[in-house]
Amino acid sequence: MKQILFLSGKGGTGKTTLAAAFAALSRDQVLADCDVDAANLHLVLDVEIEARGDYIGSKEALRDAARCTQCGICVDVCRFRAISPDIQIDPYLCEGCGACVTACPEDAIALEPRVSGQWFNARTPWGPLASAELLPGEETTGLLVTEVKRNMVSLGEETAAQQAILDGSPGIGCPVIASVTGVDVAVLVTEPSVSGLHDLKRIHGVVKHFGIPAYLVINKADLSPELTQRVEAYASDAELPILGTIPFDRTVSDTLASGRSVVESGDSTAGNAIRKIYQRFMEDSNAH
Amino acid sequence: MMRIAIASGKGGTGKTTLAVNLALSLHPEHPVQLLDCDVEEPNAHLFLTPDLSERRAVSKLVPTIDETLCRRCGACAEACEFSAMALLGDRMLVYDALCHGCGRCSLVCPAEAIAERPHTLGVVETGSTHGFPFAHGVLNVGETMATPIIHVLKEAIDPDRLAILDSPPGTGCPTIAALHGVDVALLVTEPTPFGLHDLKAAVGVARTLEVPVAVAINRCDLGDSRVEEYCQEEEIPIVLTIPFDRAIAETYAQGIPLVSASPAWRARFQQLYERLEELLT
Repeated sequence: MKQILFLSGKGGTGKTTLAAAFAALSRDQVLADCDVDAANLHLVLDVEIEARGDYIGSKEALRDAARCTQCGICVDVCRFRAISPDIQIDPYLCEGCGACVTACPEDAIALEPRVSGQWFNARTPWGPLASAELLPGEETTGLLVTEVKRNMVSLGEETAAQQAILDGSPGIGCPVIASVTGVDVAVLVTEPSVSGLHDLKRIHGVVKHFGIPAYLVINKADLSPELTQRVEAYASDAELPILGTIPFDRTVSDTLASGRSVVESGDSTAGNAIRKIYQRFMEDSNAH
Repeated sequence: MMRIAIASGKGGTGKTTLAVNLALSLHPEHPVQLLDCDVEEPNAHLFLTPDLSERRAVSKLVPTIDETLCRRCGACAEACEFSAMALLGDRMLVYDALCHGCGRCSLVCPAEAIAERPHTLGVVETGSTHGFPFAHGVLNVGETMATPIIHVLKEAIDPDRLAILDSPPGTGCPTIAALHGVDVALLVTEPTPFGLHDLKAAVGVARTLEVPVAVAINRCDLGDSRVEEYCQEEEIPIVLTIPFDRAIAETYAQGIPLVSASPAWRARFQQLYERLEELLT
Protein backbone atom coordinates (compact mmCIF):
# COMPACT_ATOMS: atom_id res chain seq x y z
CA MET A 1 0.00 0.00 0.00
CA LYS A 2 1.51 3.26 -1.15
CA GLN A 3 1.32 5.97 1.52
CA ILE A 4 0.97 9.60 0.33
CA LEU A 5 1.31 12.25 3.04
CA PHE A 6 0.28 15.91 2.71
CA LEU A 7 2.44 18.35 4.68
CA SER A 8 3.12 22.07 4.61
CA GLY A 9 5.09 23.40 7.57
CA LYS A 10 2.88 26.48 7.68
CA GLY A 11 -0.75 25.90 8.57
CA GLY A 12 -3.72 26.85 6.43
CA THR A 13 -2.03 26.41 3.07
CA GLY A 14 -4.53 23.81 1.84
CA LYS A 15 -3.32 20.36 2.96
CA THR A 16 -6.81 19.11 3.82
CA THR A 17 -8.40 20.65 0.73
CA LEU A 18 -5.87 18.89 -1.47
CA ALA A 19 -5.95 15.59 0.46
CA ALA A 20 -9.76 15.50 0.21
CA ALA A 21 -9.61 16.28 -3.51
CA PHE A 22 -7.07 13.51 -4.12
CA ALA A 23 -9.34 11.16 -2.16
CA ALA A 24 -12.34 12.08 -4.32
CA LEU A 25 -10.32 11.44 -7.48
CA SER A 26 -8.89 8.03 -6.43
CA ARG A 27 -10.22 4.56 -5.67
CA ASP A 28 -9.05 1.48 -3.74
CA GLN A 29 -7.69 3.52 -0.88
CA VAL A 30 -7.76 4.27 2.82
CA LEU A 31 -7.60 7.73 4.35
CA ALA A 32 -5.95 8.89 7.57
CA ASP A 33 -6.13 12.21 9.38
CA CYS A 34 -2.80 12.66 11.15
CA ASP A 35 -3.62 16.19 12.30
CA VAL A 36 -5.16 14.93 15.52
CA ASP A 37 -4.92 18.36 17.25
CA ALA A 38 -7.24 19.80 14.66
CA ALA A 39 -8.61 16.92 12.59
CA ASN A 40 -10.60 18.33 9.68
CA LEU A 41 -10.62 15.72 6.91
CA HIS A 42 -13.89 14.18 8.14
CA LEU A 43 -15.58 17.58 7.76
CA VAL A 44 -15.30 17.47 3.95
CA LEU A 45 -16.19 13.80 3.57
CA ASP A 46 -19.58 12.27 4.01
CA VAL A 47 -18.61 10.15 7.02
CA GLU A 48 -20.41 7.41 8.87
CA ILE A 49 -18.53 6.47 12.04
CA GLU A 50 -18.23 2.70 12.41
CA ALA A 51 -15.94 2.27 15.39
CA ARG A 52 -14.72 4.53 18.13
CA GLY A 53 -12.67 4.07 21.26
CA ASP A 54 -10.76 5.79 24.03
CA TYR A 55 -7.09 6.30 23.51
CA ILE A 56 -4.96 5.94 26.62
CA GLY A 57 -1.65 7.43 25.69
CA SER A 58 0.08 9.10 28.55
CA LYS A 59 0.36 8.89 32.28
CA GLU A 60 0.14 11.47 34.98
CA ALA A 61 1.81 11.56 38.41
CA LEU A 62 -0.68 11.58 41.29
CA ARG A 63 0.33 12.20 44.90
CA ASP A 64 -1.06 10.36 47.88
CA ALA A 65 -1.30 13.19 50.42
CA ALA A 66 -1.61 10.75 53.34
CA ARG A 67 1.81 9.23 52.63
CA CYS A 68 3.64 12.37 51.53
CA THR A 69 6.00 13.85 54.13
CA GLN A 70 6.66 16.97 52.01
CA CYS A 71 10.38 16.17 51.88
CA GLY A 72 10.66 17.90 48.51
CA ILE A 73 12.86 15.30 46.80
CA CYS A 74 10.34 15.06 43.95
CA VAL A 75 10.44 18.83 43.47
CA ASP A 76 14.19 18.67 42.85
CA VAL A 77 14.06 15.60 40.65
CA CYS A 78 11.33 16.88 38.28
CA ARG A 79 12.96 18.48 35.25
CA PHE A 80 9.67 19.82 33.95
CA ARG A 81 9.04 22.05 36.98
CA ALA A 82 5.70 20.33 37.35
CA ILE A 83 5.87 20.01 41.15
CA SER A 84 5.56 23.18 43.24
CA PRO A 85 7.44 23.69 46.54
CA ASP A 86 4.26 22.74 48.43
CA ILE A 87 4.13 19.46 46.42
CA GLN A 88 1.26 20.22 44.08
CA ILE A 89 1.61 18.49 40.70
CA ASP A 90 0.61 20.59 37.71
CA PRO A 91 -1.00 18.14 35.24
CA TYR A 92 -0.22 20.45 32.29
CA LEU A 93 3.48 20.52 33.06
CA CYS A 94 3.72 16.85 34.11
CA GLU A 95 5.41 14.84 31.36
CA GLY A 96 4.35 11.48 32.86
CA CYS A 97 7.96 10.31 33.10
CA GLY A 98 7.82 8.85 36.61
CA ALA A 99 11.13 10.27 37.84
CA CYS A 100 9.27 11.50 40.94
CA VAL A 101 7.80 8.02 41.47
CA THR A 102 11.29 6.53 41.46
CA ALA A 103 12.72 9.24 43.71
CA CYS A 104 9.96 9.37 46.34
CA PRO A 105 11.20 7.60 49.51
CA GLU A 106 7.63 7.22 50.83
CA ASP A 107 6.00 5.59 47.78
CA ALA A 108 3.59 8.50 47.82
CA ILE A 109 3.45 9.11 44.05
CA ALA A 110 2.01 6.82 41.40
CA LEU A 111 1.69 7.13 37.63
CA GLU A 112 -1.90 6.80 36.46
CA PRO A 113 -2.89 6.30 32.84
CA ARG A 114 -5.09 8.99 31.36
CA VAL A 115 -7.55 8.94 28.49
CA SER A 116 -6.06 11.51 26.15
CA GLY A 117 -8.32 11.23 23.16
CA GLN A 118 -10.59 9.15 21.02
CA TRP A 119 -9.74 7.34 17.81
CA PHE A 120 -12.46 6.63 15.27
CA ASN A 121 -12.81 4.71 12.03
CA ALA A 122 -15.42 5.87 9.54
CA ARG A 123 -16.88 4.91 6.22
CA THR A 124 -16.63 7.56 3.47
CA PRO A 125 -17.60 7.49 -0.22
CA TRP A 126 -13.89 7.38 -1.11
CA GLY A 127 -12.74 4.62 1.25
CA PRO A 128 -12.42 4.01 4.98
CA LEU A 129 -11.02 6.80 7.16
CA ALA A 130 -8.92 6.50 10.32
CA SER A 131 -9.00 9.62 12.45
CA ALA A 132 -8.88 10.80 16.04
CA GLU A 133 -9.58 13.65 18.34
CA LEU A 134 -7.41 14.83 21.18
CA LEU A 135 -9.27 15.79 24.36
CA PRO A 136 -8.87 19.43 25.48
CA GLY A 137 -5.68 19.89 27.46
CA GLU A 138 -4.19 16.53 26.43
CA GLU A 139 -0.74 16.28 24.98
CA THR A 140 0.09 12.90 23.50
CA THR A 141 -0.24 14.07 19.93
CA GLY A 142 2.57 12.00 18.42
CA LEU A 143 1.40 8.76 20.03
CA LEU A 144 -2.17 9.35 18.87
CA VAL A 145 -0.90 9.90 15.31
CA THR A 146 0.86 6.53 15.54
CA GLU A 147 -2.42 4.97 16.72
CA VAL A 148 -4.31 6.49 13.76
CA LYS A 149 -1.69 5.12 11.36
CA ARG A 150 -1.99 1.68 12.94
CA ASN A 151 -5.76 1.81 12.38
CA MET A 152 -5.18 3.00 8.82
CA VAL A 153 -2.93 0.01 8.09
CA SER A 154 -5.54 -2.43 9.49
CA LEU A 155 -8.30 -0.83 7.43
CA GLY A 156 -6.03 -1.04 4.39
CA GLU A 157 -5.39 -4.73 4.94
CA GLU A 158 -9.10 -5.47 5.42
CA THR A 159 -10.03 -3.73 2.18
CA ALA A 160 -6.90 -4.67 0.17
CA ALA A 161 -6.33 -0.96 -0.48
CA GLN A 162 -3.64 0.03 -3.01
CA GLN A 163 -2.94 3.47 -1.56
CA ALA A 164 -3.32 5.55 1.56
CA ILE A 165 -3.89 9.29 1.67
CA LEU A 166 -2.65 10.90 4.87
CA ASP A 167 -3.48 14.46 5.89
CA GLY A 168 -0.64 15.78 8.04
CA SER A 169 -0.41 18.50 10.64
CA PRO A 170 1.33 21.86 10.40
CA GLY A 171 4.74 22.38 11.98
CA ILE A 172 7.82 20.16 11.92
CA GLY A 173 7.71 18.62 15.41
CA CYS A 174 6.36 15.57 17.17
CA PRO A 175 3.07 14.90 15.28
CA VAL A 176 4.68 15.60 11.90
CA ILE A 177 7.58 13.25 12.55
CA ALA A 178 5.15 10.57 13.82
CA SER A 179 3.16 10.94 10.58
CA VAL A 180 6.24 10.75 8.33
CA THR A 181 7.33 7.28 9.53
CA GLY A 182 6.67 4.65 6.84
CA VAL A 183 5.41 7.09 4.22
CA ASP A 184 6.35 6.53 0.56
CA VAL A 185 5.92 10.03 -0.80
CA ALA A 186 5.13 13.50 0.57
CA VAL A 187 3.18 16.26 -1.17
CA LEU A 188 4.18 19.65 0.27
CA VAL A 189 1.55 22.36 -0.05
CA THR A 190 2.69 25.96 0.21
CA GLU A 191 1.41 29.45 -0.45
CA PRO A 192 3.31 32.32 -2.04
CA SER A 193 4.36 34.37 0.99
CA VAL A 194 7.56 34.92 2.93
CA SER A 195 6.08 32.76 5.71
CA GLY A 196 5.00 30.01 3.33
CA LEU A 197 8.48 29.87 1.76
CA HIS A 198 10.31 29.99 5.11
CA ASP A 199 8.19 27.14 6.48
CA LEU A 200 8.40 25.13 3.25
CA LYS A 201 12.20 25.07 3.53
CA ARG A 202 11.96 23.66 7.06
CA ILE A 203 9.38 20.95 6.28
CA HIS A 204 11.33 20.03 3.15
CA GLY A 205 14.35 19.65 5.45
CA VAL A 206 12.36 17.23 7.61
CA VAL A 207 11.22 14.99 4.73
CA LYS A 208 14.76 14.97 3.29
CA HIS A 209 16.09 14.09 6.76
CA PHE A 210 13.86 10.99 6.70
CA GLY A 211 14.71 10.20 3.06
CA ILE A 212 11.18 10.62 1.71
CA PRO A 213 10.70 11.79 -1.89
CA ALA A 214 8.58 14.92 -2.11
CA TYR A 215 6.55 17.00 -4.55
CA LEU A 216 5.40 20.61 -4.27
CA VAL A 217 2.06 22.31 -4.91
CA ILE A 218 1.74 26.10 -4.75
CA ASN A 219 -1.74 27.10 -3.63
CA LYS A 220 -3.30 30.56 -4.20
CA ALA A 221 -0.38 31.19 -6.55
CA ASP A 222 -1.91 34.31 -8.11
CA LEU A 223 -2.13 36.16 -4.78
CA SER A 224 1.55 37.04 -5.14
CA PRO A 225 3.21 36.31 -8.49
CA GLU A 226 6.49 37.64 -7.08
CA LEU A 227 6.55 35.21 -4.15
CA THR A 228 5.35 32.38 -6.40
CA GLN A 229 8.49 33.01 -8.47
CA ARG A 230 10.65 32.89 -5.37
CA VAL A 231 9.03 29.60 -4.27
CA GLU A 232 9.60 28.19 -7.77
CA ALA A 233 13.24 29.28 -7.66
CA TYR A 234 13.70 27.51 -4.32
CA ALA A 235 12.05 24.35 -5.66
CA SER A 236 14.31 24.38 -8.70
CA ASP A 237 17.48 24.81 -6.58
CA ALA A 238 16.37 22.18 -4.09
CA GLU A 239 15.33 19.72 -6.84
CA LEU A 240 11.79 19.63 -5.51
CA PRO A 241 9.47 18.83 -8.45
CA ILE A 242 6.45 21.12 -8.73
CA LEU A 243 3.16 19.34 -9.54
CA GLY A 244 1.40 22.59 -10.33
CA THR A 245 -0.15 25.75 -9.00
CA ILE A 246 -3.71 26.46 -7.83
CA PRO A 247 -5.24 29.92 -8.25
CA PHE A 248 -7.13 31.62 -5.44
CA ASP A 249 -10.78 30.71 -5.98
CA ARG A 250 -13.76 31.51 -3.76
CA THR A 251 -15.33 28.21 -4.89
CA VAL A 252 -12.93 26.47 -2.48
CA SER A 253 -14.33 28.09 0.66
CA ASP A 254 -17.89 27.85 -0.69
CA THR A 255 -17.68 24.10 -1.30
CA LEU A 256 -15.91 23.61 2.04
CA ALA A 257 -18.85 25.34 3.72
CA SER A 258 -21.15 22.74 2.17
CA GLY A 259 -18.94 19.88 3.41
CA ARG A 260 -17.70 18.73 0.03
CA SER A 261 -14.39 18.60 -1.78
CA VAL A 262 -13.65 21.26 -4.39
CA VAL A 263 -13.42 18.71 -7.22
CA GLU A 264 -17.04 17.70 -6.58
CA SER A 265 -18.41 21.12 -7.46
CA GLY A 266 -18.24 20.78 -11.24
CA ASP A 267 -16.17 23.28 -13.16
CA SER A 268 -14.06 25.66 -11.08
CA THR A 269 -10.61 27.10 -11.70
CA ALA A 270 -9.21 25.61 -8.48
CA GLY A 271 -10.93 22.26 -9.11
CA ASN A 272 -9.54 22.05 -12.64
CA ALA A 273 -6.05 22.94 -11.45
CA ILE A 274 -6.22 20.20 -8.80
CA ARG A 275 -7.35 17.61 -11.37
CA LYS A 276 -4.25 18.40 -13.44
CA ILE A 277 -2.03 18.22 -10.37
CA TYR A 278 -3.52 14.86 -9.46
CA GLN A 279 -2.93 13.52 -12.97
CA ARG A 280 0.69 14.69 -13.00
CA PHE A 281 1.28 13.21 -9.56
CA MET A 282 -0.13 9.82 -10.57
CA GLU A 283 1.90 9.68 -13.79
CA ASP A 284 5.13 10.81 -12.20
CA SER A 285 4.98 8.91 -8.93
CA ASN A 286 3.98 5.69 -10.67
CA ALA A 287 6.92 6.07 -13.03
CA HIS A 288 9.33 6.07 -10.06
CA MET B 1 1.36 43.44 32.95
CA MET B 2 -1.04 41.57 30.73
CA ARG B 3 0.09 38.48 28.86
CA ILE B 4 -1.86 37.92 25.66
CA ALA B 5 -1.50 34.66 23.74
CA ILE B 6 -2.58 34.75 20.09
CA ALA B 7 -3.68 31.18 19.33
CA SER B 8 -5.97 29.42 16.87
CA GLY B 9 -6.34 25.65 16.69
CA LYS B 10 -6.29 25.76 12.89
CA GLY B 11 -3.10 26.91 11.21
CA GLY B 12 -2.84 29.77 8.76
CA THR B 13 -5.71 31.79 10.17
CA GLY B 14 -3.62 34.89 10.86
CA LYS B 15 -2.04 34.51 14.31
CA THR B 16 1.25 36.07 13.27
CA THR B 17 -0.55 38.91 11.47
CA LEU B 18 -2.44 39.72 14.67
CA ALA B 19 0.54 39.38 16.98
CA VAL B 20 2.84 41.52 14.83
CA ASN B 21 0.28 44.24 14.12
CA LEU B 22 -0.95 44.38 17.70
CA ALA B 23 2.61 44.89 18.95
CA LEU B 24 3.34 47.56 16.31
CA SER B 25 0.05 49.37 17.05
CA LEU B 26 0.49 49.44 20.84
CA HIS B 27 4.11 50.61 20.72
CA PRO B 28 5.19 53.15 21.97
CA GLU B 29 2.07 54.06 24.02
CA HIS B 30 2.33 50.70 25.81
CA PRO B 31 5.57 48.94 26.80
CA VAL B 32 5.10 45.87 24.57
CA GLN B 33 7.26 42.84 23.94
CA LEU B 34 6.69 40.11 21.36
CA LEU B 35 7.53 36.45 21.83
CA ASP B 36 7.13 34.09 18.89
CA CYS B 37 6.28 30.76 20.59
CA ASP B 38 5.65 28.89 17.32
CA VAL B 39 9.10 27.35 17.53
CA GLU B 40 8.36 24.77 14.82
CA GLU B 41 7.61 27.44 12.24
CA PRO B 42 8.50 30.88 13.66
CA ASN B 43 7.42 33.61 11.24
CA ALA B 44 7.11 36.88 13.19
CA HIS B 45 10.75 37.77 12.48
CA LEU B 46 9.98 37.79 8.75
CA PHE B 47 7.69 40.78 9.31
CA LEU B 48 9.75 42.58 11.96
CA THR B 49 13.38 41.83 10.95
CA PRO B 50 14.55 42.06 14.57
CA ASP B 51 18.12 42.59 15.65
CA LEU B 52 18.79 39.32 17.51
CA SER B 53 21.78 39.92 19.75
CA GLU B 54 21.59 36.94 22.09
CA ARG B 55 21.44 33.22 21.32
CA ARG B 56 20.89 30.51 23.86
CA ALA B 57 20.92 26.84 22.88
CA VAL B 58 18.18 24.69 24.39
CA SER B 59 18.92 21.06 25.02
CA LYS B 60 17.60 17.99 26.76
CA LEU B 61 19.78 15.57 28.74
CA VAL B 62 20.02 12.15 27.13
CA PRO B 63 21.63 9.08 28.71
CA THR B 64 25.02 7.66 27.80
CA ILE B 65 25.85 4.24 29.11
CA ASP B 66 29.21 3.22 30.50
CA GLU B 67 29.52 -0.27 29.00
CA THR B 68 32.10 -1.32 31.60
CA LEU B 69 29.71 -0.62 34.49
CA CYS B 70 26.41 -1.64 32.85
CA ARG B 71 25.12 -5.02 34.11
CA ARG B 72 22.57 -5.38 31.27
CA CYS B 73 19.82 -5.67 33.88
CA GLY B 74 17.38 -3.67 31.77
CA ALA B 75 16.03 -1.67 34.72
CA CYS B 76 16.44 1.59 32.78
CA ALA B 77 14.53 0.28 29.76
CA GLU B 78 11.76 -0.97 32.03
CA ALA B 79 11.53 2.40 33.81
CA CYS B 80 11.54 4.53 30.66
CA GLU B 81 7.96 5.65 29.90
CA PHE B 82 8.92 6.76 26.40
CA SER B 83 10.49 3.51 25.07
CA ALA B 84 13.73 5.40 24.54
CA MET B 85 15.89 2.55 25.85
CA ALA B 86 15.97 -1.15 25.03
CA LEU B 87 18.04 -4.14 26.01
CA LEU B 88 18.72 -6.04 22.80
CA GLY B 89 20.61 -9.23 23.54
CA ASP B 90 23.77 -8.02 25.22
CA ARG B 91 23.43 -4.42 24.05
CA MET B 92 21.71 -1.44 25.69
CA LEU B 93 20.27 0.81 23.04
CA VAL B 94 19.34 4.47 23.53
CA TYR B 95 17.02 6.30 21.11
CA ASP B 96 17.83 9.99 21.56
CA ALA B 97 14.81 11.07 19.52
CA LEU B 98 12.35 9.35 21.86
CA CYS B 99 14.08 10.47 25.08
CA HIS B 100 12.27 13.22 27.00
CA GLY B 101 15.33 13.96 29.12
CA CYS B 102 13.62 13.18 32.43
CA GLY B 103 16.61 11.42 34.02
CA ARG B 104 14.61 8.52 35.44
CA CYS B 105 16.99 5.96 33.88
CA SER B 106 19.95 7.30 35.81
CA LEU B 107 17.85 7.30 39.00
CA VAL B 108 16.94 3.61 38.65
CA CYS B 109 20.32 2.29 37.42
CA PRO B 110 21.75 0.10 40.22
CA ALA B 111 25.27 0.21 38.76
CA GLU B 112 25.56 3.99 38.30
CA ALA B 113 26.38 3.24 34.69
CA ILE B 114 24.32 6.09 33.23
CA ALA B 115 25.68 9.56 32.70
CA GLU B 116 23.84 12.27 30.80
CA ARG B 117 24.90 14.60 28.04
CA PRO B 118 23.06 17.52 26.49
CA HIS B 119 21.35 16.94 23.15
CA THR B 120 20.54 20.21 21.40
CA LEU B 121 16.89 20.73 20.45
CA GLY B 122 17.06 24.26 19.15
CA VAL B 123 17.75 27.82 20.13
CA VAL B 124 16.14 30.85 21.77
CA GLU B 125 17.12 34.19 20.26
CA THR B 126 16.41 37.53 21.92
CA GLY B 127 16.84 41.09 20.77
CA SER B 128 14.73 44.03 19.75
CA THR B 129 12.73 45.39 16.87
CA HIS B 130 11.09 48.78 16.21
CA GLY B 131 12.20 49.82 19.71
CA PHE B 132 10.63 46.98 21.72
CA PRO B 133 11.97 43.60 22.91
CA PHE B 134 11.55 40.58 20.65
CA ALA B 135 12.33 36.92 21.25
CA HIS B 136 11.68 33.68 19.43
CA GLY B 137 12.57 30.02 19.60
CA VAL B 138 13.63 27.78 16.71
CA LEU B 139 13.31 23.98 16.85
CA ASN B 140 16.03 22.17 14.91
CA VAL B 141 14.85 20.27 11.82
CA GLY B 142 14.38 16.58 12.70
CA GLU B 143 13.72 17.22 16.41
CA THR B 144 10.33 16.47 17.98
CA MET B 145 10.30 18.27 21.33
CA ALA B 146 9.13 21.86 21.00
CA THR B 147 7.97 22.47 24.58
CA PRO B 148 11.38 22.81 26.30
CA ILE B 149 12.21 25.61 23.87
CA ILE B 150 8.90 27.35 24.60
CA HIS B 151 9.54 27.12 28.36
CA VAL B 152 13.00 28.69 27.99
CA LEU B 153 11.59 31.32 25.64
CA LYS B 154 8.96 32.31 28.19
CA GLU B 155 11.70 33.05 30.72
CA ALA B 156 12.40 36.11 28.56
CA ILE B 157 9.03 37.61 29.56
CA ASP B 158 9.55 40.94 31.32
CA PRO B 159 6.75 41.30 33.91
CA ASP B 160 6.83 45.09 33.47
CA ARG B 161 5.91 44.75 29.83
CA LEU B 162 2.74 43.83 28.00
CA ALA B 163 3.65 40.43 26.55
CA ILE B 164 2.22 39.31 23.22
CA LEU B 165 2.81 35.59 22.58
CA ASP B 166 2.40 34.33 19.03
CA SER B 167 1.39 30.71 19.74
CA PRO B 168 1.72 27.54 17.68
CA PRO B 169 -1.33 26.11 15.85
CA GLY B 170 -3.08 23.02 17.15
CA THR B 171 -4.10 22.10 20.67
CA GLY B 172 -1.28 19.80 21.73
CA CYS B 173 1.77 20.19 23.98
CA PRO B 174 3.31 23.26 22.29
CA THR B 175 0.00 25.16 22.43
CA ILE B 176 -0.47 24.25 26.09
CA ALA B 177 3.09 25.32 26.87
CA ALA B 178 2.44 28.69 25.21
CA LEU B 179 -0.98 29.27 26.84
CA HIS B 180 0.09 28.18 30.33
CA GLY B 181 -0.03 31.20 32.65
CA VAL B 182 -1.30 33.83 30.18
CA ASP B 183 -4.10 36.24 31.11
CA VAL B 184 -6.10 35.96 27.92
CA ALA B 185 -6.09 33.94 24.71
CA LEU B 186 -7.07 35.77 21.55
CA LEU B 187 -8.20 33.01 19.18
CA VAL B 188 -7.91 33.80 15.49
CA THR B 189 -10.23 31.88 13.20
CA GLU B 190 -11.87 31.96 9.80
CA PRO B 191 -15.57 31.43 9.12
CA THR B 192 -15.24 27.97 7.51
CA PRO B 193 -16.16 24.53 8.88
CA PHE B 194 -12.42 23.93 9.52
CA GLY B 195 -12.06 27.24 11.31
CA LEU B 196 -15.12 26.59 13.48
CA HIS B 197 -14.17 23.01 14.32
CA ASP B 198 -10.65 23.98 15.38
CA LEU B 199 -11.86 27.11 17.21
CA LYS B 200 -14.02 24.89 19.40
CA ALA B 201 -10.97 22.74 20.16
CA ALA B 202 -8.89 25.82 21.02
CA VAL B 203 -11.65 27.18 23.27
CA GLY B 204 -11.69 23.77 24.99
CA VAL B 205 -7.96 23.97 25.70
CA ALA B 206 -8.07 27.57 26.92
CA ARG B 207 -10.99 26.82 29.22
CA THR B 208 -9.28 23.73 30.60
CA LEU B 209 -6.32 25.96 31.44
CA GLU B 210 -8.76 28.56 32.87
CA VAL B 211 -7.63 31.20 30.40
CA PRO B 212 -10.37 33.66 29.27
CA VAL B 213 -10.89 33.83 25.49
CA ALA B 214 -11.78 36.37 22.83
CA VAL B 215 -12.09 35.76 19.08
CA ALA B 216 -10.84 37.52 15.96
CA ILE B 217 -12.30 36.45 12.61
CA ASN B 218 -9.98 36.74 9.63
CA ARG B 219 -11.20 36.68 6.01
CA CYS B 220 -14.59 37.21 7.64
CA ASP B 221 -16.40 37.42 4.29
CA LEU B 222 -15.16 34.04 2.99
CA GLY B 223 -17.53 31.57 4.59
CA ASP B 224 -20.70 31.54 6.62
CA SER B 225 -22.12 32.83 9.93
CA ARG B 226 -21.60 29.69 12.02
CA VAL B 227 -18.51 31.00 13.83
CA GLU B 228 -20.42 34.11 14.90
CA GLU B 229 -23.37 32.01 16.04
CA TYR B 230 -21.08 29.76 18.04
CA CYS B 231 -19.41 32.76 19.72
CA GLN B 232 -22.82 34.18 20.63
CA GLU B 233 -23.97 30.89 22.15
CA GLU B 234 -20.75 30.57 24.12
CA GLU B 235 -20.72 34.27 25.07
CA ILE B 236 -17.26 34.74 23.56
CA PRO B 237 -16.63 38.34 22.47
CA ILE B 238 -15.58 38.89 18.84
CA VAL B 239 -13.03 41.68 19.15
CA LEU B 240 -11.85 42.06 15.55
CA THR B 241 -12.92 41.11 12.04
CA ILE B 242 -10.69 41.41 8.97
CA PRO B 243 -12.22 41.02 5.50
CA PHE B 244 -10.47 39.18 2.67
CA ASP B 245 -8.64 41.71 0.55
CA ARG B 246 -6.15 40.97 -2.23
CA ALA B 247 -4.15 44.04 -1.20
CA ILE B 248 -3.82 42.71 2.37
CA ALA B 249 -2.84 39.28 1.02
CA GLU B 250 -0.20 40.87 -1.22
CA THR B 251 1.49 42.91 1.55
CA TYR B 252 1.34 39.86 3.83
CA ALA B 253 2.99 37.76 1.11
CA GLN B 254 5.93 40.16 0.98
CA GLY B 255 6.36 40.26 4.74
CA ILE B 256 5.07 43.82 5.17
CA PRO B 257 3.00 44.32 8.35
CA LEU B 258 -0.58 45.45 7.70
CA VAL B 259 -0.23 48.62 9.84
CA SER B 260 2.91 49.62 7.94
CA ALA B 261 1.08 49.34 4.61
CA SER B 262 -2.22 50.80 5.90
CA PRO B 263 -1.68 52.91 9.07
CA ALA B 264 -5.47 53.29 9.43
CA TRP B 265 -5.47 49.77 10.90
CA ARG B 266 -3.51 50.97 13.97
CA ALA B 267 -6.67 52.34 15.59
CA ARG B 268 -8.46 49.01 15.05
CA PHE B 269 -5.70 47.11 16.86
CA GLN B 270 -5.63 49.68 19.67
CA GLN B 271 -9.39 49.24 20.08
CA LEU B 272 -8.89 45.49 20.12
CA TYR B 273 -6.51 45.87 23.07
CA GLU B 274 -9.01 48.11 24.89
CA ARG B 275 -11.66 45.41 24.43
CA LEU B 276 -9.32 42.85 25.97
CA GLU B 277 -8.65 45.16 28.94
CA GLU B 278 -12.41 45.59 29.49
CA LEU B 279 -12.87 41.86 29.27
CA LEU B 280 -10.38 41.25 32.06
CA THR B 281 -11.78 43.82 34.49
